[in-house]
Amino acid sequence: MASIGASPVAPGKRMTLGEGGSALAFAALALLSIVVAAKAWEAAYAFHAYLFAAGSVAAVFAIMNRYNERSATLPPQEIDGKPNYNMGPVKFATVAAMVWGIAGFTVGVLIAFQLAFPALNFDLAFLNFGRMRPLHTSAVIFAFGGNVLLATSLYVVQRTSRARLAGDITPWFVVLGYNFFILIAGTGYLLGITQSKEYAEPEWYADLFLTVVWVAYLLMFMLTLRKRKEPHIYVANWFYLAFIVTIAILHLGNNAVIPVSLFSAKSYMVWSGVQDAMVQWWYGHNAVGFFLTAGFLAIMYYFVPKRAERPVYSYRLSIIHFWALIFLYIWAGPHHLHYTALPDWTQTLGMVFSIMLWMPSWGGMINGLMTLSGAWDKLRTDPVLRLMVVSIAFYGMSTFEGPMMSIKVVNSLSHYTDWTVGHVHSGALGWVAYISFGAVYCLVPWLWNRERLYSLKLVNWHFWISTLGIVLYISSMWVAGIMQGLMWRAYTALGFLEYSFIETTEAMHPYYVIRGLGGILFLAGALIMVYNLVMTVRAVKPVAEAEPKSPLVAAE
Amino acid sequence: MSLWNKHAIFEKNSVVLVAGIIGVVAIGGIVEIAPLFYLKNTIEEVEGMRPYSPLELAGRNIYVREGCYNCHSQMVRPLRDEVERYGHYSLAAESMYDKPFQWGSKRTGPDLARVGGKYSDAWHVAHLVDPRSLVPASIMPGYPFLFETPLDFDTIGTDLAVQAAMGVPYTPEMIENARTDVIVQATLDDPDQASLLERYPKAQARSFSGRSDGVITEGDALVAYLQTLGTLVDFSTYDGQANVR
Amino acid sequence: METYSLLASFAQTGGLLIFIFGFLLVIAYALMPSNRSTFDKAARTPIEED
Repeated sequence: MASIGASPVAPGKRMTLGEGGSALAFAALALLSIVVAAKAWEAAYAFHAYLFAAGSVAAVFAIMNRYNERSATLPPQEIDGKPNYNMGPVKFATVAAMVWGIAGFTVGVLIAFQLAFPALNFDLAFLNFGRMRPLHTSAVIFAFGGNVLLATSLYVVQRTSRARLAGDITPWFVVLGYNFFILIAGTGYLLGITQSKEYAEPEWYADLFLTVVWVAYLLMFMLTLRKRKEPHIYVANWFYLAFIVTIAILHLGNNAVIPVSLFSAKSYMVWSGVQDAMVQWWYGHNAVGFFLTAGFLAIMYYFVPKRAERPVYSYRLSIIHFWALIFLYIWAGPHHLHYTALPDWTQTLGMVFSIMLWMPSWGGMINGLMTLSGAWDKLRTDPVLRLMVVSIAFYGMSTFEGPMMSIKVVNSLSHYTDWTVGHVHSGALGWVAYISFGAVYCLVPWLWNRERLYSLKLVNWHFWISTLGIVLYISSMWVAGIMQGLMWRAYTALGFLEYSFIETTEAMHPYYVIRGLGGILFLAGALIMVYNLVMTVRAVKPVAEAEPKSPLVAAE
Repeated sequence: MSLWNKHAIFEKNSVVLVAGIIGVVAIGGIVEIAPLFYLKNTIEEVEGMRPYSPLELAGRNIYVREGCYNCHSQMVRPLRDEVERYGHYSLAAESMYDKPFQWGSKRTGPDLARVGGKYSDAWHVAHLVDPRSLVPASIMPGYPFLFETPLDFDTIGTDLAVQAAMGVPYTPEMIENARTDVIVQATLDDPDQASLLERYPKAQARSFSGRSDGVITEGDALVAYLQTLGTLVDFSTYDGQANVR
Repeated sequence: METYSLLASFAQTGGLLIFIFGFLLVIAYALMPSNRSTFDKAARTPIEED
């Protein structure tokens, strides 16, 4: 995709293979998109084709413009013997993460209240729950979480390798391309373009584009590792690699479709029925395992030691943690299909591995928490570290709850209810979002070269408000889920089902309201965070150039 | 000693590390998923399963488009209360032509695997337009727009052809007649109904939304699909014991 | 049907064996005394940046 490294002596300014090649590729894509737009069967698909055309044209202009404005040589790999880190794409992904995060949390609040007050659907196609819910899940998982993973992985791989990111155009292609995919996916849901496969809703052309971006991401990551100065690949990078590689495999397997036509957004799965269900939850569960767990564990293994200024509690445990986790996780998918038409042995296998998964999960939790041993006092003074430590505690909690819910007897009650929704959010809000917030609070001062965060007091407010929100959320969903599960199976003394379905729906109302309030608190906390970050960049003094202090000097 | 130093390769060579990850991750996936492809969907001896008729397929595509799976499952588990509430537990064979499957994972609303025939067309139409007019406590969104939007079925034959290429038993005759079959099925007592029923046994043919102007809406297709759900397999001839896996 | 039952029974037995064997290998490696210094050094990677 892009050329690596600068040629030492460039006689004149020349376009690199990467610049020329990608400009050509984008020009071709623009042309193809225009043809598709003109002949598209559906208006929504034509709109997307025009977006692709506009994006490609913009890319060509950006590449040419960048070429015109750059000096004859590419940026050096090192300046004065120090690695010349490429932090532009990291900054972009950090900002994108917060923007998408706010959007995703807002949509989450909306759909939470739609379930309590259905009038909020407004009888409009693009606002109805069925289209907004995938918008919410994709926005928080892939847009917010994905950009956090992009930002942190590109930061961590550079810093732990002491090497500049591989490629010149590639890092920007990966970051911008990924966010373009998000744009296509999100607008697609609103317009009714969806595969209706949970967490894999984008249609074939968006999937295809993402595949190209993802392969570029993998290659860039591996080539950066190859340039490293350290003999050992730091364990955080292992987790990032497992995340990138496995998501690629899952994405390809679960999106095996044949489009109806090049000119139609519609496609049909190659798999059907039982096989499709199995492939879907092999994908779905490992999206949790490798996207929302392995990727964010990588964040834990870098940012917690860094912020606490102590090495990880046990590096050996981290190796065991890594291999055990990736081996076990991949088997656990069938626990989403207990008592369905999937063969029994597959369900049992899924259950057994899910229960075993509890061990490496808690191994990782212990490793993260014990990193603080001897430095627990920092929790009192550093709310950012506290956010991360609480996130690890939530990780422990939801990885205990998960195996429990995968036991068939428990699952017969919990499945199809809001208990699952509560479980997911204890992981998503408590673990994924909190470790992300912690990482972004660390990253912004480092990336923008600021002495400290604008206000630790606001971090404190963020922490307490959103923690209250999470508690409201998960406790209300716990009660709602268990109650609904019990009501569905309640019998009268005469042996009739005691409740009609709608009676169980009515019983959910108060809990849905409480859940919505929890969501509002969580969103409020995130808004405080955004304000704090903006003020950090705008109002905090830059780190003095003369004394190269460690960037993680405690604030205040 | 040398064996232990081997692992160092993982730590020092990203290509090998990636290969190791792929290996470890692939084992679980292959071992667990591959057998299912040798498990014939028809392992259950059931009578009556057929591919969706063009109108039903178009309706299913509306179901998929609107994300109904977010709130409705299509999978009755073999648990006493579910069987009593929804009907016979779901068989693998019943979703053998579902691309994608729509078993769902959440029941904010009731399971729909056997909703076909439970309510009248008029009930479905009124309920989809304004759920609370029939079920005051319902929290389902209203879908009035489905009954205002004409169904786009000009290219439905291509949809059938693509599925046929993937092994769904659509015959060339079915593909050729796909477009007219939509019209026939959405019309009450169309003269060509007999040939439709020959191609798609048990297909229900009538004006589902009760419109008299002959316009086939997205709502018509959706109701046609809903009315088919769970009605194809003949459970009077189904022997559950013969299919224990 | 033959292939199916063969594969299915392998999944139920072989899968577990592979896991146990692999897990023992990883543990042995992680706990090898001779690896201690490597790991201690690696663990300090994030906090020893410039």
